Amino acid sequence: MSPETSHQAHTLFEKIWRRHAIQVREDGQTLLYVDSHFLQDGSAPAFELLRQRGLEPRVPHRSFATPDHYVPTDTRDLASIADPEKRAMAEALRRDSAAAGIRFFGLDDPRQGIVHVVAPEQGLSQPGMLIVCGDSHTSTHGALGALAFGIGTTEVAHVLATQTLWQRKPRTLRVLLEGKLHEGVSAKDIILAIIAKIGAAGATGHVIEYAGPALATLSMEARLTICNMTIEAGGRAGMMAPDATTFAYLKGRPFAPQGEEWNRAVERWRGLSSDPDATFDKEVSLNVSEIAPMVTWGNSPEDAVAVTARVPDPATAPSAERRDAMLRALRYMGLEPGMALTDLKIDRAFIGSCTNGRLEDLESAVAVVRGRKVATGVEAWVVPGSGPVKREAEARGLDRVFKEAGFQWREAGCSLCLGTNGDLVAPGQRCASSTNRNFVGRQGPGSRTHLMSPAMVAAAAVSGRLADVRRLLEGR
Amino acid sequence: MEPFKSLRAVALPIAQPNLDTDQILPARFLHKPRAENFGEYLFRDLRFRRDGSDNPDFILNKPGYRAARIVLAEENFGCGSSREHAVWALYDYGIRAVIAPSMGDIFVSNAAKNGLLTIVLPAPAVAGMIQAALAEPGLQITVDLEAQSVTMPVPGAASAATLGSVTQFNFEIDAYRQRCLLSGLDELGYTLTLLDSIETFERGYR
Repeated sequence: MSPETSHQAHTLFEKIWRRHAIQVREDGQTLLYVDSHFLQDGSAPAFELLRQRGLEPRVPHRSFATPDHYVPTDTRDLASIADPEKRAMAEALRRDSAAAGIRFFGLDDPRQGIVHVVAPEQGLSQPGMLIVCGDSHTSTHGALGALAFGIGTTEVAHVLATQTLWQRKPRTLRVLLEGKLHEGVSAKDIILAIIAKIGAAGATGHVIEYAGPALATLSMEARLTICNMTIEAGGRAGMMAPDATTFAYLKGRPFAPQGEEWNRAVERWRGLSSDPDATFDKEVSLNVSEIAPMVTWGNSPEDAVAVTARVPDPATAPSAERRDAMLRALRYMGLEPGMALTDLKIDRAFIGSCTNGRLEDLESAVAVVRGRKVATGVEAWVVPGSGPVKREAEARGLDRVFKEAGFQWREAGCSLCLGTNGDLVAPGQRCASSTNRNFVGRQGPGSRTHLMSPAMVAAAAVSGRLADVRRLLEGR
Repeated sequence: MEPFKSLRAVALPIAQPNLDTDQILPARFLHKPRAENFGEYLFRDLRFRRDGSDNPDFILNKPGYRAARIVLAEENFGCGSSREHAVWALYDYGIRAVIAPSMGDIFVSNAAKNGLLTIVLPAPAVAGMIQAALAEPGLQITVDLEAQSVTMPVPGAASAATLGSVTQFNFEIDAYRQRCLLSGLDELGYTLTLLDSIETFERGYR
């Protein structure tokens, strides 16, 4: 690490940016060195771009691959993927990784899972790193004090070929989290409340640093959820300064530094926080004690309200454009203004995804599900975020609680979050979902998605309709 | 990538905010190879009904808009997924420029790598252009990359310079991206000439 020569105050983001800057181009874009490049099974076109130019991955040991988008969640057998083009995507990742000498956790590897769950879990995501991946939810890894962001296919090829990437320096936005979370309210509710507050484009062009006393009390898994959905506010990346929680989470993980190297790493990581007098381009604060369990009613994550609220009336929209957008969303979602959200019957319930497919998420759902049954007419799924999450959940008996209640207990993958593997919500079906996007058609053409925390999904599954999880936790 | 200099073409007004990349290119086509014509999948679920017939309510299916090569959009166009396929779908259909008050960061980055020009203009200017293009299907606007201007044959729009019967807006674009678009240069080719600097950096790293 080069010594800091300037006495100027820097943000966490600036510290990491400066350490990875190789040179600046005439247009002001910076060539950045990439520490870790994560690959999933949508990477075939990037490897194809490389082949077309006769290039090979330049620093294969800095890449790591695991299939998640196209893998089946009812079996671990790739041959069961009926569509040959989809099967080819998952198979291509194995072949391309093997040819390049890239570390690969395939379906036959117990460590396979959603790349944004697997990498932190294995200790591959570390403080101070610059991490990229051809997936927008790469923002997840910023929870460990890394600068991590999603890139497109051409950029994936660029990183493979050069281990670098050109980027225009984003602006910074600090979100201060104050207060204390109430029972039944989780990290998912915090990030939905932030997106509702600043809007789906509220952080466009910015990196968000989350800070404040409420953050210090949050677990690593909760922090991963918040950084994960930073992209849903338009943010280029979400970051959090590493602290004792971060170090305790990382210590002993397979790819984390070990022994004497660990001590040296922690010493280095302790310097990774924004200087007290560092300034941000924008600041927002949120008192988390004012947050209730949230659900979305529309087709943008910014359409999030407390579960106790009613479907908003487009007549109250601040502009004609907003009114039209609301009308369109209500029509698509099959809603009328003024309906109580807790009156909405659901057809599907989904717990999983890179947002909420970790052990703590499953435990929060089990606390609601235990001793209850999935409501008649509701198809409820749990898709653990990774093989290790699944096995640890089974060791703790969580799978039995889910199965006895009537949930399907499936294998790790992205699954119903975006349906690329064929797991879909049918047209017109309403799904309570612990995922990250309620876009039109996101879970399948005509699907109606309501985003919420995994505990809220559990509450909806056993109630047959959207429900306030706090009522179901009373006396437990 | 074909060089982009200036373009006079039909404008497609899409009057809805937050038009995400899932709607531009649904996820179920992500496994298709790049050699496919992704233009067929552009706005797939907006353009077509579930039985495969045209959705007459979608703007692209209305008379006058099919030949569009310029998209006029509202806030946060291209938000969401990092899928470059959304840019490929627009490009393969024939779209060469997107004009909006704001766009998703990753979408803008992907567009720059594929010869799709993204132009950010103030919301009132874009709203005026959308209204004009809705009022007159087939309305042609001109994007001149060298002059960094967008010109529309419509009077009014008090906020812009009104030149007789045309309204003109100037836009910002950095010199490097402008040159890449004008000449069809690619970024990877340029970075590969810098491998010595990258290796020097690596030797001093950690």
